[in-house]
Amino acid sequence: MTTIIFIHPDDRTERVEAENDASVMLAALTHGVDGIIAECGGNAVCATCHVYVDEAWAGKLEPVSDDEDALLDGTASERLPNSRLSCQIKVTPALDGLVVRLPERQS
Amino acid sequence: MNPTHVSTPDAPAPGAAAIPHLDIDPFSIGFFDDPYPAHQEMREAGPVVYLDRWNVYGVSRYAEVYAVLNDPLTFCSSRGVGLSDFAKETPWRPPSLILEADPPAHTRTRAVLSKVLSPAVMKQIRDTFMAAAEAKVDELLARGSFDAVADLAEAYPLSVFPDAMGLQAEGREHLIPYASLVFNAFGPPNELRQQAIERSAPHQAYVTAQCQRDNLTAGGFGACVHAFVDKGDITAVEAPLLVRSLLSAGLDTTVYGIGAAVYCLARYPDQWERLRRDPSLARNAFEEAVRFESPVQTFFRTTTREVELGGARIGEGEKVLMFLGAANRDPRRWEAADTYDITRKVSGHVGFGSGIHMCVGQLVARLEGETILSALARKVGSITIDGAVERRYNNTLRGLESLPVVITPA
Repeated sequence: MTTIIFIHPDDRTERVEAENDASVMLAALTHGVDGIIAECGGNAVCATCHVYVDEAWAGKLEPVSDDEDALLDGTASERLPNSRLSCQIKVTPALDGLVVRLPERQS
Repeated sequence: MNPTHVSTPDAPAPGAAAIPHLDIDPFSIGFFDDPYPAHQEMREAGPVVYLDRWNVYGVSRYAEVYAVLNDPLTFCSSRGVGLSDFAKETPWRPPSLILEADPPAHTRTRAVLSKVLSPAVMKQIRDTFMAAAEAKVDELLARGSFDAVADLAEAYPLSVFPDAMGLQAEGREHLIPYASLVFNAFGPPNELRQQAIERSAPHQAYVTAQCQRDNLTAGGFGACVHAFVDKGDITAVEAPLLVRSLLSAGLDTTVYGIGAAVYCLARYPDQWERLRRDPSLARNAFEEAVRFESPVQTFFRTTTREVELGGARIGEGEKVLMFLGAANRDPRRWEAADTYDITRKVSGHVGFGSGIHMCVGQLVARLEGETILSALARKVGSITIDGAVERRYNNTLRGLESLPVVITPA
């Protein structure tokens, strides 16, 4: 299990114990974290699992693929340099303590 | 015609479970009228069943449907996603370059349509769709009494989608019959399929012509597909067939989806009241209707090798029928599966499929569903069914022929 910390737009914080090899998106859905919709279920179609990765962690993630990059152009809340789709972030022990902030809107 | 193929499955191999044979015809009028008892019978019979009527395997539990959708190399699409096996029969039309294709060929064409229908593109068309939805609801409020299928579920998509595609004004009346034909043709050689194909020539002629570059208005989805020819991503021969995919799958499906949502909201007034109190639930109310009614009920795959699925062994070259609608109501996956709940966390339903073939136009469908339900929620006080509800029969699509309603202003 790996701890992932979700921070809501109102600064409310939720810590979840995520299963390794699942996505951060799935960890949010499995643990009832609101603010991640994931309309497409993790198939990289919809851009409704948008998160802002805490700066301290940005360099520890796999880089953004071309497909993810194109989808991020369509996020409902503003795209920032640390924007990611949480379905594309795989939970690994190296990400223990990962902090992601949730956007105001997903659609 | 099919089935030239009348194999009886072999006795189970050691360690493999026996596969229950069921006498269910999922393409019969009786099944369409009320599929739910048969869905339950199939789910309870086992993870994999065999349907003797058409000599196909069937999966109706969520886990197995999801597994088949997400293993496209074992459960391929290039041999057709209907009953007809393209390895044994000539397809009724040139195969789709995306729906009826496998990786790596599929990967390239899919990437093009994904870009044409991306979230960023949806942002550009959102205001236009919202304005059209509001105008449609205003018009319906002025009438008060109407058919929610013809005048709403069909009329709204027809007011936005053909223009978004960049289609000519003439000939649009062929669009819904063509799509109906496509979805009937995935079924077995029953009367629905045979009649649809016999009457197909004028609709096919229209669609073939409309897919040509010269007949598509600049800025529309169709022209955007053709623009990828100039970038070298697809050939000039491929582009019209990819436009055809959008015309096949982009209109009738949303008609059935919006029809499903309106039918749900008319039947479940508590959910309608929740939506009125919070119109921001419109998008999820549409999504939940797609789960609950599953406008696209089924698709086939064909095995490329012997495979074990849910403890059952299936040989190579077998058709596997996925019951998306049954998976979307599998109590193993969904709490209160038979309840329409517009606040449900519905992510993961297979109403749009899953995996590499998951509906490439799902964002357009959601945009249409959200905008029309949002406009209804803000402007309409009540929706009451006011007459006989009639079902429309199609081998793949589930929806209504007629839904007479009366609405009152908010």
